[in-house]
Amino acid sequence: MTLLVAQAAGPSCYSRLVNEWFCWQYVEDRRSEITDALVQHVVITVVALVLALVVSFPLALLARRLPRLESLVLGVSTGLYTIPSLALFPLLVPFTGLTPTTVVIGLALYALTILVRAFLEGLRAVPSEVRESATGIGLSPGRLLVRVELPLALPVVMAGLRVAAVSTVALTTVGSLVAYGGLGNLIRDGVTGDFRAQLLTAAVLCVVLAVVLDVVLVLSQRAMTPWTRGARA
Amino acid sequence: MRVVSDALSYLATGSNWTRDGGILELLGQQLLVTLAALLLAVVLGLPLALWLGHLGRGGFLAINVSNVGRAVPTFALLAIFVTADPWGWTGGFFPGTADLGLLGRAGGATTVALALFALPPIITNAYVAMREVPGEVRQAAVGVGMSGWQRFRRVELPLALPLVVSGLRLALVQLWATSTIAALVAGPGLGRIITDGFIRTRYGQGIAAALVVAVVALLLEVVAAFASRAVALPEHRAGRGGRAGGPDDVGSGAAPVGAERVGTDPSHPAGDGVGVETST
Repeated sequence: MTLLVAQAAGPSCYSRLVNEWFCWQYVEDRRSEITDALVQHVVITVVALVLALVVSFPLALLARRLPRLESLVLGVSTGLYTIPSLALFPLLVPFTGLTPTTVVIGLALYALTILVRAFLEGLRAVPSEVRESATGIGLSPGRLLVRVELPLALPVVMAGLRVAAVSTVALTTVGSLVAYGGLGNLIRDGVTGDFRAQLLTAAVLCVVLAVVLDVVLVLSQRAMTPWTRGARA
Repeated sequence: MRVVSDALSYLATGSNWTRDGGILELLGQQLLVTLAALLLAVVLGLPLALWLGHLGRGGFLAINVSNVGRAVPTFALLAIFVTADPWGWTGGFFPGTADLGLLGRAGGATTVALALFALPPIITNAYVAMREVPGEVRQAAVGVGMSGWQRFRRVELPLALPLVVSGLRLALVQLWATSTIAALVAGPGLGRIITDGFIRTRYGQGIAAALVVAVVALLLEVVAAFASRAVALPEHRAGRGGRAGGPDDVGSGAAPVGAERVGTDPSHPAGDGVGVETST
């Protein structure tokens, strides 16, 4: 018995006898495992967001042209939110299998609904005088979109992207259901194995990742809209 | 499309609904967890948010805490609560005991995790609703000699109520859809059927349960819409006939600071409709 206690009192804060929440030893011992999970989390999140961005932009443009399509798009996206993420991933498995693609598509669908709304809202917020004067100085519809409307819509779109990004980081954890949940996998294993250090480390990393992503988005928005700073100064 | 026909036949089989651990029992459990979580979140968050909104202070805090809250995965919270075993250190005060009780161990953890998940939208919405009461109305209330409490109770609260209630509606539907996540820690609710079907590769069964969840979500939304109308309208009938629009007007129409952006979705006026926030 004394022998066991002596072992437990060693440097390690996780063992058969000790199950601490905060344990730096764990982070050092399992560094590669944590890094892998973190990288998977980041890759899945970023790919899903990029996919959602790429799809939502043309969708928003189409919806803007055709009012009937707009109500359809908004209706479908509202309905999508009643499907729990826990159900969405298994729903996709028959089509995409147990692959990261399943998680990416599911996450992209959720992000899509936020982003389509953001694009529509942002483009609608462009004052019509601005649009008219741009047409007046001879901009073609394409150039009007790229050089006038998009930059002006950017703040609203970026606000939507921030919400989508933070939610996606959190949602990726549910992907552990199909074995591709990034840090969610560590959380799941932490629950089943009653491993507190792993559980808390993964949870904290999730929040840190969300905050870092948010900061990156804010900074890139500032970089992309230099005129807003000029106006304020 | 065999999966779809599997799902339909699963739903058509009566015993799947009525047996022990069938759809009806799990549905009841999930409703219980959802409503308990909503109640907990309302009790914890609403008075604070309304009062801060009345004082006009702490808005930065209220909104930023909400934004950080969105970043915390509900799954992680749930996992921590289930693992933490709070039944030991709260002296049995935590809902349900470890093995039995109303909701069971995972049920209690789910309730608390979901309540924390619902806090940000409820707090933000209530705060914004209180701040959107027009300044002239506030000043008029001061002018006729109302005390702080009277202004809060008789002027600001009635005007803010529609938006507050729509925030609760949003939270309810989000909570309902999200509460399936309890299945990840072997908790109560329809999520069990989904994960079970997934593990045994009976995808039809999972789709069937997802359908039930979606239908109940829509039903909840409809019921909540009726309830909010019943709550909001009498206040509007009573001597405030000047307001042209419906109750939702307070939220989506007259927002001076773009404050509705703060809510759950930047592109979506907080005043209307079904939940638009990712169900973690």
